[in-house]
Amino acid sequence: MEEKEFRSRQYEGVKRKNEKSGGRRSTGKEEKRGNPTEMGALIHKLHSENGGSDCSHELISKNEVLWKSWRRRRTRSESGEKVVRSQKKASSAPDGVSTIPLYRSAPTLEVRLEDFERFAVDRLLGPVSTSLHSLFDNDEFIGINTFCYANFILRGISDALARGKKPDEMEKLVSDLWKTNMRHPHASEAIDKDIISHFVLRLVYCRTEELRKWFLSMESTLFRYRFRLETSDVHRALMTELGIPYKVVTNAEFEGLKEKLSQVARSIGQQISNPDTVYYKVPWEEVPELVGSRRVFIKKGYAYVALNQVVSFIIPHFRTHLSKALVLTNRKWTSMIREQEKDRLTPIVEALSTSYLGPDYNQDKEIGEISLKDIDQLARTSFPLCMRHLFDSLRDDHHLKHGGRMQLGLFLKGVGLKLDDALAFWKAEFSQKVGVERFDKEYAYGIRHNYGKEGKRTDYTPFSCQKIILSTPGVGDHHGCPFRHFSEENLRAALGKMGVSSRELEQVVDKAKARHYQLACTLTFEAVHGASCDAGINHPNQYFTDSQKILKEKLEFVIDFGLSFELSRTLGRFYNLKEFEVVRKWLDGNNRQSMDIRERFLWR
Amino acid sequence: MNRVSAQTSPLTAFLHRRLPRLPAKIPSLSICSSPFPAISSSPKSIFTTSTAFGTSDFKHIFRKSVNFTDLIFVIGDDSVRVCGKSSLRSSMTKEAQNERDDMLIDDPEPQNEQIDAIPDEFNPNYLKAYYGRLFPHADMFKWMSYGNVVNISKTNSMGYIYTDGKHPACDQSYFGRREFSFTLDNDIYLRFQSFKSASELENGIKDKCPFKIDIGPVYSVDPSKRLAYAQSGDNVFTPVERELVFDIDISDYDDARYCCSGADVCLDCWPLMTIAIKVLHTSLRDDFGFNHILWVYSGRRGVHCWVCDGKARRLNNEQRGAIADYFRVYKGNNNSKSKVSLVGSALHPFLVRSYSDVLRDFFEKKLLCSQQLLSDERYEKILEMIPDESITSELRGKWQDSRRSTSGKDVNVVRWEQLKQLLQSGKQKSTGIRRCVEEIVFSFTYPRLDMEVSKHMNHLLKAPFCIHPKTGHVCIPIDPDVCDEFDPTNVPTLSKLMREINTGGMQVEADKVAVWERTSMGKSIKYFRESFLQPLMKSCKEDIEVSYTLKLQQSKNSLNW
Repeated sequence: MEEKEFRSRQYEGVKRKNEKSGGRRSTGKEEKRGNPTEMGALIHKLHSENGGSDCSHELISKNEVLWKSWRRRRTRSESGEKVVRSQKKASSAPDGVSTIPLYRSAPTLEVRLEDFERFAVDRLLGPVSTSLHSLFDNDEFIGINTFCYANFILRGISDALARGKKPDEMEKLVSDLWKTNMRHPHASEAIDKDIISHFVLRLVYCRTEELRKWFLSMESTLFRYRFRLETSDVHRALMTELGIPYKVVTNAEFEGLKEKLSQVARSIGQQISNPDTVYYKVPWEEVPELVGSRRVFIKKGYAYVALNQVVSFIIPHFRTHLSKALVLTNRKWTSMIREQEKDRLTPIVEALSTSYLGPDYNQDKEIGEISLKDIDQLARTSFPLCMRHLFDSLRDDHHLKHGGRMQLGLFLKGVGLKLDDALAFWKAEFSQKVGVERFDKEYAYGIRHNYGKEGKRTDYTPFSCQKIILSTPGVGDHHGCPFRHFSEENLRAALGKMGVSSRELEQVVDKAKARHYQLACTLTFEAVHGASCDAGINHPNQYFTDSQKILKEKLEFVIDFGLSFELSRTLGRFYNLKEFEVVRKWLDGNNRQSMDIRERFLWR
Repeated sequence: MNRVSAQTSPLTAFLHRRLPRLPAKIPSLSICSSPFPAISSSPKSIFTTSTAFGTSDFKHIFRKSVNFTDLIFVIGDDSVRVCGKSSLRSSMTKEAQNERDDMLIDDPEPQNEQIDAIPDEFNPNYLKAYYGRLFPHADMFKWMSYGNVVNISKTNSMGYIYTDGKHPACDQSYFGRREFSFTLDNDIYLRFQSFKSASELENGIKDKCPFKIDIGPVYSVDPSKRLAYAQSGDNVFTPVERELVFDIDISDYDDARYCCSGADVCLDCWPLMTIAIKVLHTSLRDDFGFNHILWVYSGRRGVHCWVCDGKARRLNNEQRGAIADYFRVYKGNNNSKSKVSLVGSALHPFLVRSYSDVLRDFFEKKLLCSQQLLSDERYEKILEMIPDESITSELRGKWQDSRRSTSGKDVNVVRWEQLKQLLQSGKQKSTGIRRCVEEIVFSFTYPRLDMEVSKHMNHLLKAPFCIHPKTGHVCIPIDPDVCDEFDPTNVPTLSKLMREINTGGMQVEADKVAVWERTSMGKSIKYFRESFLQPLMKSCKEDIEVSYTLKLQQSKNSLNW
């Protein structure tokens, strides 16, 4: 439930962004669909490694190329020829073994603009994209059900890794994810989809160090498990294709080391079954994970890697190559392509990457607004401990130091407090201590600044948990993460105040002691709301939205239970989910008193 | 930071009162104050100054009237500094404060006792002299430059002449990108110090006179300019090279030794360090193929290891972690009975070798008896490691009955044989039980590494030849081939070295023998130079040569392309 809503919001976000960025995308379906796109050429240009020098030439001839490609495409599609043509197919798998692409060179194939995006989203998130697609097409809102089946490849892998899944669980997960998301009726098209989506995501994730790191580790994991699923013939073929320089251990050498090698094999619960088990002699640095777990024999700096372990040195190869390529792509993207493509690719690429970063909770329109009169109630029910502490301190002291003003102020902005309300809110408190005049002179600026109305006019985003945990509050400061910065005594008192029962309180304190601050916060959330929070708390504003969501559900449950008759009658009038959403929103806006709702509902 | 303890004037006044024939005008006489003026190492100045004032007179006054012993006169061009025991400073401060109170001076008993009680304690006043005359600055520079040496021809106090020619492939910025970190008095840390040349390093150390010098990684840019680079964003300031280091502390072995605990170490438990050296050194050399490995006594409770091969320096954090994990057997969990778990139907060859070559013999022949591991009050701990209840009760029964060994053999040895026999007899089918003997031996003897030190490039580690501030011991290298002979209780200490140079310093230094060679750390410096530095320099030069030829070839190829 949470997940699907989260996702739906994300796509609304993506959609909004695209619309905002204007350009060709919003000018009409006709143009978008019918426009000839030489994406392949572009991708190739971006990713090709020796192509740095002829940029200017390409720049000049770009329009020409586009024109030519458009004509080509027209001729081809008229004659019913396939638009897609892959260089990859020619080079790979010479002996007929189908292998995993190594993404060595960018495809020189033509890609439709919508495929460009759809494939990438499939790789990134899974079939959610079908509904995303419909969102773009502005069709009817297909509904939440689609999201229930949402699987996602890279994000799925990321989640699974974060949860510490075991290798065999990962293997199954990857294989399932791959089958559901990347399948295609034609094998060749599936390969194309694989390659295209990979290269598009390279573009998306090349742009910052953090994004690159994430992408690199997800793609490597994906490759690792896909590799493991293949047969040893494929392994051999891939090793040839990768140009792995390592030598197979000769018979003479093998005889000399036989005993040690079998010792190692037995120590990890394997047997050297057939005497012709192939071993590769590899510098040990290439297989750190095998060395670290003592699963290989090493001698004079060389590790003796059995054929069933080769994935360990293939991955670093894959990884290094990809890492270099990403840096290169980034350079090209920022130096020229971003500007050239600002109407076409840039919006897509930028929208796609935010779906990894997660929403930044910068006045999310989905949340709606909160009004001043509700703020005390909301602070009691839905503020995370850090914000609640700031809020209470502000109410008590009528003052907060800079760090606290930033942390709480941006949070309130994120949950939907408008600038005017924010000014009124802070003024009401501060003026009691420093007077109205001084507030207007010294503090109002900072609040307007937070909303991007002063100074360099950046619309600042609310602080994430990570940022809050890393902050270093000094004497008299109230900001920071209570689970990290409070003494145990104070933390216990604060948790008690939030209504955490003593048994749960111990668990929370244990987690905080073990420095799992976000887990402690998640447990607190669960204790306070009596509901589970699978995603964990990563952002105070996420805490707030999740909390509100649960409270709404609870309310609905009450309505459901108590007013089942009326409700079912009322609900019967909603012909589609879209309308249901409208009602829900309406409900949400009025969830303060259940009696109030009941009456309105009945009235309706 | 400023440890001015006695002003010149009260001291001079005091001396004048005591010693009327002292010249009225003393250029500058002080009891070690900081920041120190530079010490001149030229013997000439000692002569001129000491002739002018008569060093023996000073000695006489101090011995006689203040009853200080073990004085060192550090004589500079325009100053005379007197270094005594650590109590000297405080007593002189007192004396300076109560200048008119002669009682203190006439009744020096308490201070004297203190002096005798801690004869080898660390004395910051000696440190300056140590850095000035003994610390092998040039060798450290040579080591840390790894062949990337700029052509210098200069003789320094260690009598060393840089003769390395500049190779076109030398990276001249290399040494300057290395982080040094100084710990001053009062735990003031100076991180990200960097030096461009040998003389800069030497002067830096002499000026700051750090209690402790730590060596960090080589960064992508000069660490002292890191802030300037930080502004440009994009994370240009990152560690790029660092020796692979290991740190083993005896305090981690507290559950395996009964003689000492914490930072204390004696000749009974030190062998635990010795075998750690043996196990790791063999594996680093034979398994990982490293050649340039330096073992250093850490000054109090353990050893450090520096693996300096080019390959080792360029390892990334993941690979460092892999080596550390490869060596990890011990799982420091207080909740489980057995701290080592060896699973699988066979042991990894590395563990087999360590066990049969080093650990087993050491355990049975030395540790068992020296720590009395199976004596009446201690055997329970070992029995707890055996998972089979019937075996433990059988052994317990046997040992409770026969408290005295009849054969005249050591009771620990006898009991160990009984235990082994029972566990490894043919009756025991499960490998878990048979493996128990090895688990016991491993958990008492296997090296326990401080993993975090080895895993990350940017971990600092104390430099060799530092003085441990708590013990005054010099962190001298240990030769792994003869590590059995190393005696941590007989390591040169700062005050011992000072005595040695003091007696030497007063003599005519006509003979060619350098100061350091006559001291007790001469042997260590020699080992460092001849057995570690020379082979290292040779292979560094080869590496540079090879990479240079490769580069040439590459550029040629690209031209052809």
